[in-house]
Amino acid sequence: MSTFALDQIQAQIPQAIVERYTDRAGDAWAVIAREHIVEVAKLVKDRLGFRLFISMDAVDRLHLEPHEQDPRFEVLYFLRNIERNEQLRLKVRVNEDQQIPSIMKVYQGAEWGERFVWDFYGVTFDGGLKRRVLMYEEFVGHPLRKDYPLRGRQNLIPERPIKDIFRGPGTNGVQD
Amino acid sequence: MAAAGDEYDPTPSEDELESHLQTRNMVVNLGPSHPATHGTVRLKIELDGETIVKMDTEIGFLHRGFQKSCENVTWTQVLPYTDRLDYVASLQNNFGYLAAVENLMGVVIPERAQYIRVIGSELHRIASHLTTAGALSLELGGFGAFLYAIEARELIIDRVTELSGARLTTSYGRIGGLNRDVPEGWTDKVLKSLIKIEELAGEVEGLMTRNRIFTDRTRGTGIITKEDALDFGFTGPCLRACGVSYDVRKAKPYWVYDKLDFEVPVGVNGDNYDRYYLRVLEIAQSMKMIRQAIAQMPQGPVMVDDWRIALPPKENVYNSIEGVIAHFKLVMEGVPVPPGEAYHATESPNGELGWYLRSDGSGRPYKIHVRAPGFQILSGLGRMCEGRMLADLIPTFDTINMIGGEVEQ
Repeated sequence: MSTFALDQIQAQIPQAIVERYTDRAGDAWAVIAREHIVEVAKLVKDRLGFRLFISMDAVDRLHLEPHEQDPRFEVLYFLRNIERNEQLRLKVRVNEDQQIPSIMKVYQGAEWGERFVWDFYGVTFDGGLKRRVLMYEEFVGHPLRKDYPLRGRQNLIPERPIKDIFRGPGTNGVQD
Repeated sequence: MAAAGDEYDPTPSEDELESHLQTRNMVVNLGPSHPATHGTVRLKIELDGETIVKMDTEIGFLHRGFQKSCENVTWTQVLPYTDRLDYVASLQNNFGYLAAVENLMGVVIPERAQYIRVIGSELHRIASHLTTAGALSLELGGFGAFLYAIEARELIIDRVTELSGARLTTSYGRIGGLNRDVPEGWTDKVLKSLIKIEELAGEVEGLMTRNRIFTDRTRGTGIITKEDALDFGFTGPCLRACGVSYDVRKAKPYWVYDKLDFEVPVGVNGDNYDRYYLRVLEIAQSMKMIRQAIAQMPQGPVMVDDWRIALPPKENVYNSIEGVIAHFKLVMEGVPVPPGEAYHATESPNGELGWYLRSDGSGRPYKIHVRAPGFQILSGLGRMCEGRMLADLIPTFDTINMIGGEVEQ
């Protein structure tokens, strides 16, 4: 597997890379320092040609081995360079009370990814939208966290008034 | 203005002609249960006349907690959940998931199983593309093409039923290969069906491709630029319609795709017509691949010979202690996937279907991330529609082929 992109990141922003390793399938990964993720995203997109946004997700490490539990969350980024045929796998590790700078301005496709991560893990993004994507707004908790109970019910919610449809109550969609 | 009592003058005055007509934008709610949105998606559209000013896509009405369910069953028990992701092409999901697990375990499946997986995947790719093309015609007012497309799809579903025992929820294949070989004479039946499907697909194409009404509605509508498509994470026919040749089968061949001779069609304009026509071309390529795969397919086992992964034959289970133990451990504890993580992708009809799997060695998945192609494509729907006409939203929504099951997990 080619490690062109990771070598370039290491050469150009050496302080961004916390750790590099190879996974079971032989693919290269890098753990990026939280504060450098936007810088790295800009570098790989504009200068290294990783223009295809593949996807985003997170992992809750609460039930892993003790030495792997801190920080609690791992946010994953998958990017692709079509010309070089290379996939880039990045990770950012955060705790519950920390924010990750949003890369929504760099990759538009990250908007829903970041909303998904907020929705299901409760990881917040600085400069991103704090809006759920699959669950409804009134839902309490973040269901993919390992400590979220498997059984139980949440209260039914009242139907939203029709005026709420676009911009909240009152305006009924009228532009001023 | 004329004063009372004066004679009526029909010519409007200068300032009356130039004055600003007071209009306001209207908000229209489309879905979540609307005949034109297959899949439960709600589109909140702000309209200026007939032009879409702003559009907000709301999803999640079909959310079933796929990931949470998967994290609490064994690796093999995840398989039925994957049927329900892209229910139009369920074999693609089954095999995609299994390939990802095998990639994580480092298992290589027998060659015959690889060929059967290719045949199954390509059959379902044809079914999915035909459904998309037929439904597109239906929504633009042509009922005939839809019937031909569904007739062809029924033939594929019949063959899949013979293969797996179920029409839609196939659950075919196991980690390490396939749970059973193809039935006797099945490949001949597939070849016979392909002739009929080719004929029916030709009818569908004949009714649509050069149809004036159809081309007027689809050419130049729902355009997305190459840069935006890459940025939003489009893959599959939607990305290739913009002129980017990216296909996982070519970029990182899995199974036996590197032994098959096929081409990846690429579009130019990135509009609805290109997305439709690419699917037509891909149907022909898939048929070519199935014929090659059937001709090349060797005899042999379809499951790896390892009792830690594959269920032992029944005579061993009943007559030997090793067989009983292997069977018991496999059923009770599940397939032993070693701790670690890996990302693997296959090309589903809508694009890259990626799986990030994480195992902690407990016999159950620690984390399963599905990179559903439709999720990224749907996030770009607003961009494709803003500034365009409301009526063009319907064909655009169809050609991106959003599947509620995989988008909303």
